Amino acid sequence: MARLVQTVSGSGEPPNGAPEKAVRFVYPLVWGFARIFSVVALAVAWEALARSGTFTPFQLPALSAVLERIWSDAVSGDLWINTALTLYRALTAFAICTVGGVIIGMAMSRNAFAYWFFDPIVSVGFPMPKIAFLPVVILWLGVYDLSKITIVVIDAIFPVIAATVIAIQGVERELIWSARNMGATNRELLHQIILPAALPQILTGLQVALPLSLIVAVVAEMLMGGYGLGGAMMTASRFANSTSVFAGIVEIAVVGYALVKAMALIRRRLLIWHQESTYEFA
Amino acid sequence: MKHFFIRYFPLLLLAIAWELIARLELVSTSALPPLSDVIVAGVDMIKDGELVSNGAASMYRAGVGLALAILIGGILGIAMAWWKPVNVLLVPLVEIFYPLPKSALIPVTVIWLGFGDGSKILLIFLGCMLPVTIGAFNGARSSEQVLVWSARSMGASRLRMLWDVVLPSAMPELLNGIRTALALSFILLVSSELIVAQKGFGYLIGSLGANGTYDAMYAVVLTVAFLGFAADRLYLNITKRTLAWRD
Repeated sequence: MARLVQTVSGSGEPPNGAPEKAVRFVYPLVWGFARIFSVVALAVAWEALARSGTFTPFQLPALSAVLERIWSDAVSGDLWINTALTLYRALTAFAICTVGGVIIGMAMSRNAFAYWFFDPIVSVGFPMPKIAFLPVVILWLGVYDLSKITIVVIDAIFPVIAATVIAIQGVERELIWSARNMGATNRELLHQIILPAALPQILTGLQVALPLSLIVAVVAEMLMGGYGLGGAMMTASRFANSTSVFAGIVEIAVVGYALVKAMALIRRRLLIWHQESTYEFA
Repeated sequence: MKHFFIRYFPLLLLAIAWELIARLELVSTSALPPLSDVIVAGVDMIKDGELVSNGAASMYRAGVGLALAILIGGILGIAMAWWKPVNVLLVPLVEIFYPLPKSALIPVTVIWLGFGDGSKILLIFLGCMLPVTIGAFNGARSSEQVLVWSARSMGASRLRMLWDVVLPSAMPELLNGIRTALALSFILLVSSELIVAQKGFGYLIGSLGANGTYDAMYAVVLTVAFLGFAADRLYLNITKRTLAWRD
């Protein structure tokens, strides 16, 4: 899943029989334009719709006004503080989920007691809407970073655990037997065989957990305040400052896009030895 | 039955531990009311109809939003796989909007549609549509070329092919996308109701918490968690039956 959605196959290729040299330059250009066309069209439609007076500026502020607001937030430094806070909360929790989820997942697939204990908790806890526990977390831990990070961990750790368990169960028996046969110790087996072989699926679990971390971090900030992109949006919405609310959406969208793309890049880098990455370049 | 009991025994242990910790007052009872009190409070709320009426409001919002998302998202996804112009136009938009943390839309849906049902339905629709679209798209794209060719050579019309070949082969991935959407709909429902609402589960949790009636709050939290779990299990069962023709 390096790229989320792929275009219909062969779309970037020049059609057969066309004069090659000309086509080599023109075709990618046309194709590239087609790719950004709908994004540009959406932006233009937003601006036009907002200026046409169909909606009040409160319902739909113009895109230019929103971009101006983002710029002024950036100049005053608010944008960076809020983005850094949201990223700090979401990514700290994500790191905890990564380490904790993989460790619990490994324990479950290597230790019968751990499996017995965690299996029902994971199978019941995974599909639960854990965000409902947010007020409970507030009750226990207050409204500061600790409780925000905790609720994100509660929500995002389950996909990691589930993916790790499935991944390790799916490692080919022959690989493990061969390694054993060649005298690998348990530790070597884990580090050199099981973890690398399970890596693609574990990464898939992490790719589910990352956007989830951001969703929950934003909700937690909206409910508990304390700055951050979500907190800033909620404050703006309380003051009926809809330009800032829309600016918040654009900012959060950019952060989300960057994180998901970064994760896909990391995946491609980590799995460079794996056959899925050769598909990518072929 | 016995197998079931052994498998879920750790959960029972957790429940007993909860009861004991609360009864022995290892933590304050306001932070963790005993499980038995929580159950009693839950039963009371069912009796006086508070839980049922708020639950009905929540389920209505989630149901309508999810149904719209499945319908429109599914159609969009299959259209993206089936007609190139649609693909060229929509793929960039899907790529941009898919990673958007959907909770960011909560204040905007409120600006557009106010505090009532409309804003929640819109939020759930927008949030749940893309996973369905992507599932339908990937599924429809992977329908075997041989099947498509055979159908065409046997004289099937384009629409007929869509219905008889593309849709069934898109089914597994589409159903998977809907499962993601189902989980997401609960998250969005509860968070939007916690933040702004006048009824619904999220509202109930928030207001009970603010009043300090924590045993009732815990009862609602557990109800929501259980409903999310039950919906997922029910959905899995239906899926298994729908896909029974595959093996």
